Amino acid sequence: MLHIKCPHCGMRSQNEFSYGGDATVKRPELNKEISDQDWDNFVYYRKSLRGKHKELWQHISGCRQWIKVERDTATHEIFKTVKAHEDI
Amino acid sequence: MQKYSIFNLIKNAFSGHQKWDLAWKDATPKKEYDVVIIGGGGHGLATAYYLAKEHNITNVAIIEKGWLGGGNMGRNTTIIRSNYMHDDNALFSEFGMDLWRKMSQDLNYNVMFSPRGIINLAHSDAQMNVFARRGNSMRLNGIDAVLLNREEVKEIIPMADFSDNVRFPIFGGLMQPSAGTARHDAVAWGYARQADSMGVDIIQNCEVTGFDVVGGKIQGVRTSRGDIKVKKIGLCVAGSTNILAEKLNMTIPVETHLLQACVTEPVKPVLDSVVTFGAGHFYISQSDKGEMVMGGDLDGYNSYAQRGNLPTLQHVLTEGIAMMPFLSKLKMLRTWGGIMDMSMDGSPIIDKTHIEGLYLNCGWCYGGFKATPASGWTFAHTIAQDRVHKLNEGYSLSRFNTGHLLDEKGLGTKTWIS
Repeated sequence: MLHIKCPHCGMRSQNEFSYGGDATVKRPELNKEISDQDWDNFVYYRKSLRGKHKELWQHISGCRQWIKVERDTATHEIFKTVKAHEDI
Repeated sequence: MQKYSIFNLIKNAFSGHQKWDLAWKDATPKKEYDVVIIGGGGHGLATAYYLAKEHNITNVAIIEKGWLGGGNMGRNTTIIRSNYMHDDNALFSEFGMDLWRKMSQDLNYNVMFSPRGIINLAHSDAQMNVFARRGNSMRLNGIDAVLLNREEVKEIIPMADFSDNVRFPIFGGLMQPSAGTARHDAVAWGYARQADSMGVDIIQNCEVTGFDVVGGKIQGVRTSRGDIKVKKIGLCVAGSTNILAEKLNMTIPVETHLLQACVTEPVKPVLDSVVTFGAGHFYISQSDKGEMVMGGDLDGYNSYAQRGNLPTLQHVLTEGIAMMPFLSKLKMLRTWGGIMDMSMDGSPIIDKTHIEGLYLNCGWCYGGFKATPASGWTFAHTIAQDRVHKLNEGYSLSRFNTGHLLDEKGLGTKTWIS
């Protein structure tokens, strides 16, 4: 089982969290001219790295806040967790 | 190649089975091939086999980082079915069902294909309606589908929980009687043996380290056992697709996730069909050895670990026990995990790419094993003819740009959500 340190609540078990996917993808800015390809990249295309991966989790059975986690996708080692608005 | 037959079996019995030919040789890489298939799993082996058999392309190498059939080919739950609603999925899978039925004879290898039927259980009136719709779509595409009511399901699987006070009562189910299971390793070995006999080199313990791409064209592949000159490369690496895509500077609409499966201790025959739980994600069948083979949800976060976490397994087995309470009395024998190439609409990709000579076969999500023959057949066609076959037209890479998604389950882009 993963143990994730919620930056708001402290160390909790994986069961309390829900996964939100790659944290590095950015939704294209509103009211800005962007290409279809930019949208496709945002919606569908992922690097899905082996190794260090920055991802979003939600502490759904806790404080319900979204957080960012840097985790190794091969070993599941968690290096760092920060609040959603912070850079990892 | 030595034919496997009752006569050869008897003949070899006299020499204590010491003089059988090797099923396939352990090849060392040559300097140049016409086609290199990366990935020595079911799809890669099948592709090489059909390249040789259907297209007379035999100067082919299969490069495998680990050992033959050691990835998802050896980790699946052996279910074979074509119970899809969308035409592209249904026709592709049903073409595969034909290949499955003929496979043991075609490969001269007993793959133990057992068309024992699959039942998707429904737990509400609404789900029965959805299944009726899917069943009708299947029948329109020539696939057998039978909508069963509660009593009919009870006759087939009396050991399921039909009591009154369950959270998810069984209302009925959709059955595809021609679906079933096969011996997964035998499929890999059968394809390997035939491909090898037609001149395909199967190169194990050989890792791809890079690609030579000049002017947008494939010129070769670099491996841990030397460089190979080749004009056409087929990627059949399932959960490792993202890793190789990175080496090609490609980003693909696929994420890599972990799926677990498990078996119980062997017990006497109790379940003679494949059954899936309709209120969650759980499927079960009984192997010829008597083990109950079970699987369910992904672990739910990107993973290359090839081993899973307990919370997901516990969740999946809770569903199993809700459906068939007797399972709680059995001991777990083994659990394992495999890494899935989860595409963004839940359907696979078999297509050419923007790099000339590079062909992509990935995105199989939960359904890679049953697709083995059809995937190999269509991928071989795509590579040999340099154009997709009608059967894999819908599995294009460009559908994520044009909007022609094949969203069979209606899960949107987060196919890994459980």
